[in-house]
Amino acid sequence: MHGVSLPFSFACGVRSSSIRASPRSFLWPTPNERRKVRCALITAQFELKRPPYPLDSLEPHMSRKTVEHHWGRHHRSHVDGLNAQIAGTQLEEMELEDVVIASYNKGSPLPPFVHAAQVWNHDFFWQSMKPGGGGKPSGKLMELIERDFGSFERMLKEFREAASAQFGSGWAWLAYKANRLDVGNAVNPCPSEKDNKLVIAKTPNAVNPLVWDYSPLLAIDVWEHAYYLDYENRRADYVSIFIEKLVSWDIVSSRLDIAMARAAERAREDERRRQEDDVEITNSEAVEMYVDSDNNSESE
Amino acid sequence: MALRAIAGKKTLTLGLGFGPRGAVAASCPGLGLRLRHVRGLVTFSLPDLPYDYGALEPAISGEIMQLHHQKHHQTYITNYNKALEQLEEAMAKGDSSKVVHLQSAIKFNGGGHINHSIFWQNLKPANEGGGEPPHGSLGWAIDTDYGSVEALVQKMNAEGAALQGSGWVWLALDKEMKKLKVETTANQDPLVTKGANLVPLLGIDVWEHAYYLQTELAVGLKLNPTGRLDQT
Repeated sequence: MHGVSLPFSFACGVRSSSIRASPRSFLWPTPNERRKVRCALITAQFELKRPPYPLDSLEPHMSRKTVEHHWGRHHRSHVDGLNAQIAGTQLEEMELEDVVIASYNKGSPLPPFVHAAQVWNHDFFWQSMKPGGGGKPSGKLMELIERDFGSFERMLKEFREAASAQFGSGWAWLAYKANRLDVGNAVNPCPSEKDNKLVIAKTPNAVNPLVWDYSPLLAIDVWEHAYYLDYENRRADYVSIFIEKLVSWDIVSSRLDIAMARAAERAREDERRRQEDDVEITNSEAVEMYVDSDNNSESE
Repeated sequence: MALRAIAGKKTLTLGLGFGPRGAVAASCPGLGLRLRHVRGLVTFSLPDLPYDYGALEPAISGEIMQLHHQKHHQTYITNYNKALEQLEEAMAKGDSSKVVHLQSAIKFNGGGHINHSIFWQNLKPANEGGGEPPHGSLGWAIDTDYGSVEALVQKMNAEGAALQGSGWVWLALDKEMKKLKVETTANQDPLVTKGANLVPLLGIDVWEHAYYLQTELAVGLKLNPTGRLDQT
């Protein structure tokens, strides 16, 4: 809605990642979450983002009809469902990734989880593809693929297997895993860049690897609605065409750069925290560790 | 039931749910799970439909019926047989890791076979009584437990629409409680996974493959029972 005056739009918190920088917003190469401002009522609504290409441009590998249904009906219904469910709750004020993690609730998902995760998953999915996609990755991405899987072909084999073995609805992923312990204030005892690696994962229904603190790099939707109109039951054919003709390795590479930068930043923070703790201990007064009784001092 | 005796002897008891289906099988020879014995291991084959692929139109298109039967159900059977063969080998060798590893494939593919076998029998062409409201003891039970058929349909619609992902909606008889229940199962889990006392009366496949090619149908419409409900 136009006609909103500038001071008002600031007050309404027009979202940009610089104002509400959360670490996760770095995962988005195009941080462009526009917020609708309705009259005097401040509502933070998630929007249905268009794929970054015309809906018919993935033909013949993914038909216009599929994209129209998938994006225009399924994806849209998740956006609408999410907005309805978070209205009036504190989730309304959060970035999408944070809504996903919060509503996942450490494995006991709350009602908004399915919609939130599926909105995120589908945005991610559309951006993972491009017209004239396929080919091979290069640079750091290819280096890590060869390091962690042996070869590009072996990585693809695992990816295909994950996509086929996901019984029922779900997703298959290539993700960057930075080895971290997820236990309160525990810190990875011997962090090393070599611990960070690429992994293939599969998830059921709406789940995605954000909830495991991975950084997703590539996703394929293996819900039947993603391929049924074009491939009927032949999921394996759909996965092959996705890999050969649709994947945007450029986007995967840029996601990897962001993920590695984030992991390095976290490692530095952990190191800093560890050094601060050390300093605290050396500087504090000696604490009595045990009570010395007067008449007893057993020697070793 | 002769069928049950064969299945019980040779195979693992996988909760094949023969209750009301056994009655149907007895009265309609040729239906059922189609067992064959090969080297002592039972293998399964695709049961024929008791009607033509196009006979359920316009409710369910012939295209969907053919794909659903010849591709999806057949694939479950093929993979189920394969998994059972591998299981037999692993058990003979005492390879526990392999035995355990195969369980999810057996549950998924075996469940797919069980569920779809029930599904075909739940449906009937309109000119053979499909879509008619239930009578007799089933009709009475529905009225008692749900108030009316419309209320039951509404409940099953709601459960089906709420199911996130792939799965089934069931009208079940709880044998112990002697009551009807509406249940859902995920993926291809058979009804027995929700309770050993539950006998499937009516199963509705809400996997997307069951209706996606008729995308103008919303899921809600799909769940209006188009078939004859088994009499208990």
